[in-house]
Amino acid sequence: MAKFTLPKKSKVTKGEKFDARNDGTNTKNFSVYRWNPDEDKNPRMDEYDINLDECGPMVLDAIIHIKDNVDSTLTFRRSCREGICGSCAMNIDGRNRLACLTPINEVKGDVKITPLPHMPVVKDLVPDLNHAYAQYASIEPWMKTDTPAPTRERLQSPEDAQKLNGADGKGPAGCILCFCCSTSCPSYWWNSDKFMGPAILLNAWRWITDSRDEATGERLDDLEDPFKLYRCHTIMNCTNACPKDLNPAKSIAEIKKLMVEKHS
Amino acid sequence: MSKSNNAILTDMKKAKGLGSAHHGAIHKLQHDITTLVNIPLVAWVIYSIFSLRNASYQEFTIWMSNPVFIVMATLFVIVTLKHFALELQVVMEDYISSKWLRMVKVVGMKLFFFALGTTAIISILKIALSGGA
Repeated sequence: MAKFTLPKKSKVTKGEKFDARNDGTNTKNFSVYRWNPDEDKNPRMDEYDINLDECGPMVLDAIIHIKDNVDSTLTFRRSCREGICGSCAMNIDGRNRLACLTPINEVKGDVKITPLPHMPVVKDLVPDLNHAYAQYASIEPWMKTDTPAPTRERLQSPEDAQKLNGADGKGPAGCILCFCCSTSCPSYWWNSDKFMGPAILLNAWRWITDSRDEATGERLDDLEDPFKLYRCHTIMNCTNACPKDLNPAKSIAEIKKLMVEKHS
Repeated sequence: MSKSNNAILTDMKKAKGLGSAHHGAIHKLQHDITTLVNIPLVAWVIYSIFSLRNASYQEFTIWMSNPVFIVMATLFVIVTLKHFALELQVVMEDYISSKWLRMVKVVGMKLFFFALGTTAIISILKIALSGGA
């Protein structure tokens, strides 16, 4: 049966408190999830009081400031710092977001930061995404054609290109694979071993709807499964969570529509 | 298929699993169709209960002997129970992680609804065919 409580070793305890206000008046408390696989201890929430005048305006700036100046053991992923790479996806103030795109002053009160929910934790704020990446690879996210490659570009009309990019730039090709959507989906929490989750299904739709790809039927066949696709119950958390304002729920609905068309 | 040590399987092996079952679309289609068909049927049942609230048993059986109402009542039983069974199957698939327990419960649930539906339809026919007697 589905488990509704945390295992004993996963229960979060109270951690250490670090005062790094340095006599500043513009301060904020950050409560950050900490867990080290090398220590046989439960996860804990460490508290960092920091001076906001000493760091940049985004949550990522604050945790980089903490790592550089307060506690160098804090572990998290980050790369581009501008919402392109998806590395710094984490749960901030109860919502899955990119730390680099979340202004600190948007969070009322203390800033609570935990890893993306319901994923195994590698360390601190770093979730284990191996399974999600394997699911991504399993949909074969590349162009598949039987027609021999042309001597020049594969042509696509502006209308067909718009199906990928969206009229407003928010089409399925805009996905940065941060997994904010999948890890906000209760169906993915309960059945992530088999359910593809919104991020992967959005990317599956990106290839299904590509006018140049010739494996549409094969891709639909591979997805037609009560668990791979139909665990989606249109809860819409995915669309609500996406930091790039994409609409995974709509992409999944489009796949379901094509499935019906295939059967009728 | 013998049970493998899950910890040493590759991530791709786990992600691909047994592959696609190649069904699910029809379940979804039946679910959506029964939802839509249920809208007029449930409205008709509510209207009928309201309009028959002061009727005697004899008046009720005369009303039920109308062929159109027999069909409507039978359709209501079939569509509602079918919809309920489809929905319950999804709930069981969501929350029961043991494959065998899930299979047993889904089959048991379908047999239960089949028995319930058969009983209900026989009851409708029995009342309707008594025709106020």
